Amino acid sequence: MKFRVIIFTAISALFRNKMRTLLTALGLIIGVAAVIVSVGMGNGAKAQVMAQIASMGDNVILIFAGSVNRGGMTSGAGGAGTLTADDAMALERDVPALELVSPGATGGSRVAAGNQNWSTKIYGASPEYFDIRRWTFTQGGPFTDRDVKTSAKVCVIGNTVATQLFGEPELSLGQTIRIKKVPFTVIGLLGVKGADARGQDQDDTVVMPYTSAMKRVMGTKTLSIINVSAVHGANIPVVVQQITDVLNQRHHIGGDRDADFKVLSQEEIAQMATATSKIMGLLLTIVASVSLVIGGIGIMNIMLVSVTERTREIGIRMAIGARGSDILLQFFIEAITLSCLGGLTGIAVGLGSANLVSNFAGMPVLITSGPILLAFGVSALVGVTFGFYPAIKASSLDPIEALRYE
Amino acid sequence: MDAIIKLDHLEKTYHSAETPVRAVRAVSLEIARGDFVAIMGTSGSGKSTMMNILGCLDRPTGGTYLLDGVDVSGLSRNEFADVRNRKIGFVFQNFNLLARTSALDNVKLPMLYNHSGSKLSGKAQQDKAMKTLEMVGIGKRWDHTPSQLSGGQQQRVAIARSLINDPVLLLADEPTGNLDTRTSFDILGIFQRLNDQGITVIMVTHENDVANFAKRIIIMRDGKVRSDVQVQQRSIAEVELKKLEAEKDDDDS
Repeated sequence: MKFRVIIFTAISALFRNKMRTLLTALGLIIGVAAVIVSVGMGNGAKAQVMAQIASMGDNVILIFAGSVNRGGMTSGAGGAGTLTADDAMALERDVPALELVSPGATGGSRVAAGNQNWSTKIYGASPEYFDIRRWTFTQGGPFTDRDVKTSAKVCVIGNTVATQLFGEPELSLGQTIRIKKVPFTVIGLLGVKGADARGQDQDDTVVMPYTSAMKRVMGTKTLSIINVSAVHGANIPVVVQQITDVLNQRHHIGGDRDADFKVLSQEEIAQMATATSKIMGLLLTIVASVSLVIGGIGIMNIMLVSVTERTREIGIRMAIGARGSDILLQFFIEAITLSCLGGLTGIAVGLGSANLVSNFAGMPVLITSGPILLAFGVSALVGVTFGFYPAIKASSLDPIEALRYE
Repeated sequence: MDAIIKLDHLEKTYHSAETPVRAVRAVSLEIARGDFVAIMGTSGSGKSTMMNILGCLDRPTGGTYLLDGVDVSGLSRNEFADVRNRKIGFVFQNFNLLARTSALDNVKLPMLYNHSGSKLSGKAQQDKAMKTLEMVGIGKRWDHTPSQLSGGQQQRVAIARSLINDPVLLLADEPTGNLDTRTSFDILGIFQRLNDQGITVIMVTHENDVANFAKRIIIMRDGKVRSDVQVQQRSIAEVELKKLEAEKDDDDS
């Protein structure tokens, strides 16, 4: 029997019972569509996070003043004053792969200008910080090394802060803002960056020389963070190890003394940020796979009904000379055609839903060919697996019994 | 004698019941090429079992069955299917056409299952099926499905289907059982015409009137052949149809 004829026979058998075919394939359609949408949403979220991480800058490594355990007291990352400006200088001197180093001191405070005030993040840094983290300036520019040396009362402000204090961000340049009653002159307006990987508004910040931040705002002598960037093409894990070695030595870490700092590369930050979405994606994929299997069982069920219903037809075909293998192939191809049609419809529904989700729910969806091919492959496989038993059952009928069947 | 069918001590025993049932008991007979045989018998006489064995749908449990010179008693399931496909044409009491399938596609069906090397092209299959439909007088309705056809028309389609692979043997199981007298005569006329062209016909029936259209009548009882006679005064379809017309005219006047 020609293959073309078998396919045609299968399709016409399926079209004879359109409603049943649709309901049978529905399980697979939903399963395939669910796989495409869930994987697409997972990928979309991941791509968004990766873009945000990339906006941090190139080859960025962050060193946090770490969680330190002293006398049973544990303080969180960045909470303990374990890093100093000397550490930063030592890194610049002893790790040749580092291009830029910026000591940092972070804290929060209320800032005021005129009769407006706003609670924001104060970031103390060196001028290198703007290069490391790829900050641009809408107006004005960064402070200088000289400002750092003199703990100058200057700062640059993010777009959000400028808007809150001055209404129009452009009006902020040259104005004075008061932080803890100390007046600072605004010498630059930062370009807009938007939210970071954790969803925090990166434009809600005031950046000033780290010396000014430590002395005039926070009243501390230690750093909470050091931002560094490695030279282009550097082997990041090696650089991370070198930084760790230098700091271990300076802090006398070793033996039973735990590290009092934490070194995180951009890649590690990305992994942390995408860990949640990975688990969510995995769960969705498992749910979708279960619905694919249930769809397959639906197909088997209907094929078994179909074999019983068409016993007489099978008898007729056998009487006029169909071999068992002809009957097997007929029902097998019918099951596979059904599952492939379901798979294709599922792809269409999945792509449509993904479009709806991204357009109306505003969630990022990234569709790649991988999950589409996978979902289609699985649905075809489901047809093969669950179509085989009914086909075998049909092919092993006795022609005399089958012809007698009413 | 050129025998198309040669049975030698053919046995069929069913073991499914508590006591074994000997449906066919040591039947030996020959059927010549070109013969037209009617097999008669009451239900339980073994004629259906006999029909199934002759049609290669069932295997004998003893004896030998030579069909067209080949011993078919020991063939495999697939070989059986191929013999049915190429050497035997079946005509059933209830027509057994595929529902929702056109007359033409029904007739083409046996060609699709032809596993021998010599296959006709799609166009040639189409032409042959069409020609066969015309031969049994139903060419105009080639695109009708069985539900759109009368019983007699369906049986014509079934006959066309049985002929499509040029069988050596036509097996008809109560072919007129579901038809009125006039249509029965039409169908029997087709069998007689085919038989005149050289095709061997075996027909199972329980009606003497119908059996009279054959050349030879075999009567079975309790799994054995009870009588095997040549028909003395054979009914000829055209004559019987004319008689029927005359009767109808009498009734009308």
